[in-house]
Amino acid sequence: MLRFLARRLALAVPTLILASMIIFALQQLLPGDVATALTGEERDPQVIAFIRQKYHLDAPLPVRYAYWAGGVLRGDLGESIRLQKPVSELIVEKLPVTLELACLAMLVALAIGVPMGVLSAVKRGQAADTIANGVALWGLSVPNFWLGILLILLFSVQLGWLPASGYVSPFESLSDNLAAMVMPAFVLGNAIAAVMMRHTRAAMLGVLGSDYVRTARAKGVSPMRVTLRHALPNAAIPIITLGALEFGQLLSGAVLTEQVFSVPGFGKLMVDAVFNRDFATVQGVVICTAATYIALNLAADLLSAAVNPKLRRA
Amino acid sequence: MSTGTPIAEPAGLAAPAGTPALIQEPGTLAAFWRRLRARKSAVAGLVIVGLLILMAVSAPWIAPYDPTATDWANVRGHPSLAHPFGGDEVGRDVLSRIIFGARASLGAGLVSVALAVSLGLPLGLLAGYAGGWIDGVISRLTDALLAIPFLILAIALAAFLGPSLVNAMIAIGLSATSTFIRLTRAQVRAVAAEEFVEAARAMGNPPWRIARVHILPNIVPAILVQATLTIAAAIIAEASLSFLGLGQQPPEPSWGAMLNTAKNFMDQAPWMAIWPGLSIFLAVLAFNLFGDGLRDALDPRQRT
Amino acid sequence: MKKPLLDVRDLAVAFDTDGGAVHAVNGVSYTLHEGETLGIVGESGSGKSVHVLAMLGLIPRPPGRITGGQVLFEGRDLLALKERDLRKIRGGAIGFVFQDPMSSLNPGMTVAAQIVEPLRIHLGLDARAARARAKDLLDLVRIPNAGARLDQYPHEFSGGQRQRVMIAIGLSCRPKLLIADEATTALDVTVQAEIVALVQELKRELGMAIIWITHDLGVVAGISDTVQVMYAGRILERGPVDDIFSDPRNAYTLGLLRSLPDLSGGRAGRRRLHQIEGAPPDMRHPPPGDPFAPRNAFATPRCRAEMPPLVQAPGAAPGHLVAAWYDLPKLLAAEAAR
Repeated sequence: MLRFLARRLALAVPTLILASMIIFALQQLLPGDVATALTGEERDPQVIAFIRQKYHLDAPLPVRYAYWAGGVLRGDLGESIRLQKPVSELIVEKLPVTLELACLAMLVALAIGVPMGVLSAVKRGQAADTIANGVALWGLSVPNFWLGILLILLFSVQLGWLPASGYVSPFESLSDNLAAMVMPAFVLGNAIAAVMMRHTRAAMLGVLGSDYVRTARAKGVSPMRVTLRHALPNAAIPIITLGALEFGQLLSGAVLTEQVFSVPGFGKLMVDAVFNRDFATVQGVVICTAATYIALNLAADLLSAAVNPKLRRA
Repeated sequence: MSTGTPIAEPAGLAAPAGTPALIQEPGTLAAFWRRLRARKSAVAGLVIVGLLILMAVSAPWIAPYDPTATDWANVRGHPSLAHPFGGDEVGRDVLSRIIFGARASLGAGLVSVALAVSLGLPLGLLAGYAGGWIDGVISRLTDALLAIPFLILAIALAAFLGPSLVNAMIAIGLSATSTFIRLTRAQVRAVAAEEFVEAARAMGNPPWRIARVHILPNIVPAILVQATLTIAAAIIAEASLSFLGLGQQPPEPSWGAMLNTAKNFMDQAPWMAIWPGLSIFLAVLAFNLFGDGLRDALDPRQRT
Repeated sequence: MKKPLLDVRDLAVAFDTDGGAVHAVNGVSYTLHEGETLGIVGESGSGKSVHVLAMLGLIPRPPGRITGGQVLFEGRDLLALKERDLRKIRGGAIGFVFQDPMSSLNPGMTVAAQIVEPLRIHLGLDARAARARAKDLLDLVRIPNAGARLDQYPHEFSGGQRQRVMIAIGLSCRPKLLIADEATTALDVTVQAEIVALVQELKRELGMAIIWITHDLGVVAGISDTVQVMYAGRILERGPVDDIFSDPRNAYTLGLLRSLPDLSGGRAGRRRLHQIEGAPPDMRHPPPGDPFAPRNAFATPRCRAEMPPLVQAPGAAPGHLVAAWYDLPKLLAAEAAR
């Protein structure tokens, strides 16, 4: 178990370093002088000189990367030029909002996707399977920002049941918070639910065709118990690992969902930063996303190891 | 599932074990077409894709109005005989903009995936076939790229490149490249381990010849399926970038950009939101349907 | 003669595939008596496993389909039973032991949890009583230190021990019939012998009937009262074990016997092993006549055209049935004379 952990960590670290290099290199894409571009609207030569000095822009690229990466390691992701605040502070401020949204969305995705996948695997080839596959295809194909707009149109504009926007912290009012989050969470969870349904279905079909499921049936175990006690726990490992990979999709989707519902999270921070040409913030958000993603995959590996009795005891 | 005997057993008898009659012989092109046509949803997908491409190509002839021409009489105009899909916030004809918008969406889908394949395929071939440190470097790079979620990377790239449809295509294509590197590499490694490739190598064929003659044709199906499904993802990505203002710039029409403005007029002109969204949905659905059908038809064993 | 326990009449099973229906079992009929051990022999695709799994609702449906017949178990037609009622028989009056003990046990459940299940379902035992009985069962199948091993997972057992656990599960509810489907195939030769010996001992203790399905005639010889040879979903020959071995009447049975290494030593032990040429027929389009005819050197034109019925072999022991248009002893004698 410890060896397994160590091996996974050893793979994750170079990945993260390389990802940071790629993110750093994005600057090079900026047209024209980097210092001018980084200052955005600001044209004050003093500010430009300050930026040039702060980011060591006269030094060669590897040296600049070293300075930048050193800062990142110390938690210094640079300064938001527009908001005059450290990027790390902005991220810490916005992260909980996105985390709440992501967790709620994952909950929606699991609550819809897993039972639907189990049902369609058990009823393979029957009407329930066809319907579940159709729903999954809908979930995969509908752009989530459009779904968001449609839901606002129905529940906020027409029916007036839910607020179209206006995030409230759960510490202020949990009910207002949930009222504001229910539509974004559903919209974001919708696409992931489709993917989870497909993963669950495939994993369950594999397990339901296995010899030990036949043994269980040969023992006279009821179909319900075969599905839930014998098959589902063994299908859980691929569902967990593949589910964790969907977290990237979740973060991608959050950018748009937050935009549609004006949720002041990570994604909104990134989009606003893009429009204000606040590139340090963009880089900060992306590197945090990559780090979160890598950490989650690591966690999923560990979790599936914990579920697997063979690895648990080894 | 087409097993007659659920139990595999070792060849205990002198006669060949297994049930050859039950195994589906690998498809020739004709057999592939037969299997594809048997899947109604795949055919439907292909037909919709065809119609959408036709619409995009013939847009100047079939669109009733100039997609950028404003008409003050038609500002947020209700759907009518003259403007079946209504008018937008400056009175442009929504139907004409939907028709022309297909160009941005389909174009972005096709161009970005073409870019991703033309970068990813050679790199994946190289990594899978050369092995060693070359494989190590390419694989780590792929891991790193995959660690940044697709759309986030595309947004970041588009942000640094500057907002335009071409830059959006480049951003989406680059973001999708890692998927193709990884897929190609995995496929190459699987095929290279097969006996006929071993045999070709033993007979002294040069590596590039083995790659071209023996490996490439065997990995094309998987790449084709992935490409089709990635077009669907790329169309959503282009719509997303345009929705955020990072893709097609106004007044040129794009479904995603249309939704962006529609959002602000939801209570007065809901049709502005309905049609572009429906168009994106239909295009993405069509490519997904076709891609799923293609996968099933190409590999009958891996049927979902 | 004892009472009949299982009466199979004209059972037929098909699997639907893209390339058409595969006729896996084509009209199989036989009777198994209480306490009798029946060895069913055949190669993959002969229908030997499928027909047994099908009668108890254990083939995946779809693509599997029972296309005809009756299966009377203690007078009740299993094929007419509702799934709910069939479930009461599976694991209760009929126990199973499957081929690969690695894949046939649930890797995520402890051995105790897997043995306890049928006890709670069929005997209605409470958790404590079921656990005590599970320990007794592990003792019964000679697993040392049973109490300590109850809470271990299958991967902590050796292959032979896992198969003992499978047998414990199969016997847990004192079945009248134990079906062993290639129960020793995945095991090492020495372990195979141990398992066969164990089953024979348990049969003496418990007196259940056994259907032992295998492709290995050697195992069948040691354990069965009756042997039944299947090919392409049909029974080609069946009869008392000694008679089948000493006086085979079907060319396929003969082929199987000749491909068996003779372990008795002497000159015969050194003879070349026989191979049956050719491959089994395409079961999507079964041949009209005797399915083995295309591979049979003794086949007559009638064999290729018409399926021979399964009838008492002339001059053989009573109950020795064969499906063949040719007279094998006569043909063999003629061959020897030449």
